[in-house]
Amino acid sequence: MTAYLLKRIIIAALTLVLASIVVFAVMEILPGDPARLMLGLNASADQVEVLRNQMGLNAPLVLRYLHWAGGLLSLDFGRSYTYSVPVIDLVRERVVVSLPLALIALALSTIIAIPVGVFSASRQGRAGDTLAMGAAQLGVAVPNFWFALILIYLFAVWLRLVPAGGFPGWSAGIWTALKSLFLPAIALALPQAAILGRVARSALIEVLNEDYIRTARAKGLPYRTVLWRHALRNAMIPVLTILGLQFAFLLAGTIIIENVFYLPGLGRLIFQAITQRDLIVVESIVMLLVAAVILINLIVDFSYAIVDPRLRAIPGKVRSGFPSGIAPKQILRAVQRFRETRNRSRGRQ
Amino acid sequence: MNLLEIENLSLSIGDTPILKGVELTIAPGEVVGLVGESGSGKSMTALTVMRLLPHLARAEGRVAFDSIDILGASEDQMCALRGDDIGMVFQEPMTALNPVKTIGEQVAEGIRWHTKAGRAEAEERARKILDRVGLPEAKFPLSRYPHELSGGQRQRVVIAIACALKPKLLIADEPTTALDVVLQAQILDLLRDLVSEHRMGLLLISHDLAVVTEMADRLTILRNGEVMEAGDTARTLSEQQHPYTRELALASMHVPARPKPHLAGSAKPLLEVEGVGRDYPGRRKSLFRPAQPIRAVDDVSLTIEPAQSVALVGRSGCGKSTLARMILALDKPTAGTIRFRGEPITGKPESTLKPARRDMQVVFQDPYGSFDPRQKVEKLVAEPLHLLEKQPAKAERREMVAHALQEVGLSQRDMDKYPHEFSGGQRQRLSIARAIITRPKLVVADEPVSALDVSIRAQILDLFAELNQKLGIAYLFITHDLTVARAMADEVLVMHEGKIVERGRAAEVLDHPRSEAAQALVAAAPDLHRAIARRMQEQG
Repeated sequence: MTAYLLKRIIIAALTLVLASIVVFAVMEILPGDPARLMLGLNASADQVEVLRNQMGLNAPLVLRYLHWAGGLLSLDFGRSYTYSVPVIDLVRERVVVSLPLALIALALSTIIAIPVGVFSASRQGRAGDTLAMGAAQLGVAVPNFWFALILIYLFAVWLRLVPAGGFPGWSAGIWTALKSLFLPAIALALPQAAILGRVARSALIEVLNEDYIRTARAKGLPYRTVLWRHALRNAMIPVLTILGLQFAFLLAGTIIIENVFYLPGLGRLIFQAITQRDLIVVESIVMLLVAAVILINLIVDFSYAIVDPRLRAIPGKVRSGFPSGIAPKQILRAVQRFRETRNRSRGRQ
Repeated sequence: MNLLEIENLSLSIGDTPILKGVELTIAPGEVVGLVGESGSGKSMTALTVMRLLPHLARAEGRVAFDSIDILGASEDQMCALRGDDIGMVFQEPMTALNPVKTIGEQVAEGIRWHTKAGRAEAEERARKILDRVGLPEAKFPLSRYPHELSGGQRQRVVIAIACALKPKLLIADEPTTALDVVLQAQILDLLRDLVSEHRMGLLLISHDLAVVTEMADRLTILRNGEVMEAGDTARTLSEQQHPYTRELALASMHVPARPKPHLAGSAKPLLEVEGVGRDYPGRRKSLFRPAQPIRAVDDVSLTIEPAQSVALVGRSGCGKSTLARMILALDKPTAGTIRFRGEPITGKPESTLKPARRDMQVVFQDPYGSFDPRQKVEKLVAEPLHLLEKQPAKAERREMVAHALQEVGLSQRDMDKYPHEFSGGQRQRLSIARAIITRPKLVVADEPVSALDVSIRAQILDLFAELNQKLGIAYLFITHDLTVARAMADEVLVMHEGKIVERGRAAEVLDHPRSEAAQALVAAAPDLHRAIARRMQEQG
């Protein structure tokens, strides 16, 4: 167990370092001189040169990387070119919007997906299953900003239950703030829930054909009890995998959704920073998002070990990071199905 | 009064009839054997009693358990019966337990469900029954997970689940088929004891006539969903009045004719294995100390001469398959050398192994798993032809495949079919055709008949014998089934914990085993003759 977790942590750390090199390199290659951008078109070459020196843009590449990466570790992301304030201050203001939004969306999508998956799997091929999976297909295919618009019309314009956009800040009271995150979280969660629901259904159907389900039935447990007690936990492994993989898409979704709902979050910040060529802000937020995705997948790796005792017990057998036996096959199949689903929906967009 | 009465039971799934007018009764304390080949409807009969049939199945007739009408009972009534009054044990112990729950949870679950006992009380009762089935607390605490147990131990857990509440009827569907003979004997003993302790009725389902004869008071023989013969075990099998009963009995004792048995020492050896060992990395106990390796094969030497048939017998996990993989150059030994026709094959690069691979082919146990379902027979059987020096042209290749198919008793028209169009026995013929198409000198057969029904098994053994006589192919049979060794081998090697512990002429080793491991194997192996004789004696 400890060996497994240690290995996962080391891999996660290495991934983070690699990602930081890639992010830094891409930003270096991109055209556009931030110093010139800050001073405007009329600035003289000397003025630009002075500012470049001040900003440390003339130092050797490796030094600049080390300086930047070292800063990241101590949460010193540098100063925004356009706002002339430390990036960390900008991030701190925005993360209190984006983090709750992403977490609520993640929780919502799981809360919706698993019951739907269980419902569908237990009624495989019947009307309820067809209906639920039809809805899921729709959820996969429809882009989240379209959901957002429909939700705004329904709940904000028509029913007037929640605001159509904007964020009053947490100081306005937790309930008021949560209310304005409600619609964006649903818009983000629905497409995720649709994908997760389909994965949960197919994983469950596979597990329900296993011999140990028959053993459980032979004990006298009713079908429903067997489904929740024996099948669900075994079906969780592929579901968790997809959950981790999908988290990156969820974060990408926040950029769009925050713009639709005028939420002052990281998504909107990065969007503005890109248009203003505020490279240091872009770099920092991209790194934050990368770190969040890696962290979530590390948590997923840990939860494998909680769900599947085979991972805890045989450190010699976890070379691939998955338990030997059924799990990798299940996961591969789930990932494959998930890709098919996603590509189909992309084709439609 | 009978515990279970099945009268005129018919069952169909969709439009396919599965059972036709099946009759069966079991009295308390009685062991009834249900015998038949695959597809005869044995398991479906059992699942009907449990009412765990597939969705589209429709059953008609009368099934009464303890005067409860099973076919008419509500699902709630059935849930109350299952696991409480009727327990069931399944064939495949490796997959019959939930991998993410401890054995304690899984045994206690049924107890809690039926008796409404609290956790502590249920666990105490689970502990008792696990002790009873031979899993003592010291080595098998309730917190063990299934993957920490071997196949035989897992089957004991499954039996504990089924017997936890002292059911009136226990249904055991091929409970020992996946286990080696020694484990089989232990599990059968356990079932016999549980039956006599609680006056339980036992419905024992098996394709193995010898196992059923050892266990059952009465037996029912099923074929294509119909009862062929039913009655007292000893009388039915000694009189063999029904032609199908006779057919089954003959097939299970079948010894293929080999007019020219091979005499050892008559030729230069074909295969020489010298001091071969194989270590696997063991479980690491600490981060800082290297793991102790596990020795799967330990200093094994053997020779096989041309046209000689050698059987390598041993319990599951004794290292026989690992040894076979090294002989086939699919795995590298960590010690020793293997020579094929005088040429060493160990430590040589893949590119130089082609001639050896051509002359050494393999037949696996599972005829279902060893074919790509999307390829036609022609391509599948022709697969080893790429090992030939000169690649045959398309027409010539078809010719060779046709010839190989004829040699194994299939038609050349079968070339354009897909594997799923064949039965299990035919598929095993296909894998033999694939093995002999390059005219190999040695065929390694890993449990080649243990997944087959007795009548098919007899045919396949005949085929092996015929090819040995006609083509002079030498065999290495890897098996835990001593009847195969007795029927097919000139020489028998007994393997135990990675070492060869005994070797000699087949009849000699099997009739007068000297080593402890061989004695255990021979004593545990079910034997139809012996079993019938014992039954007759008991009844006077």
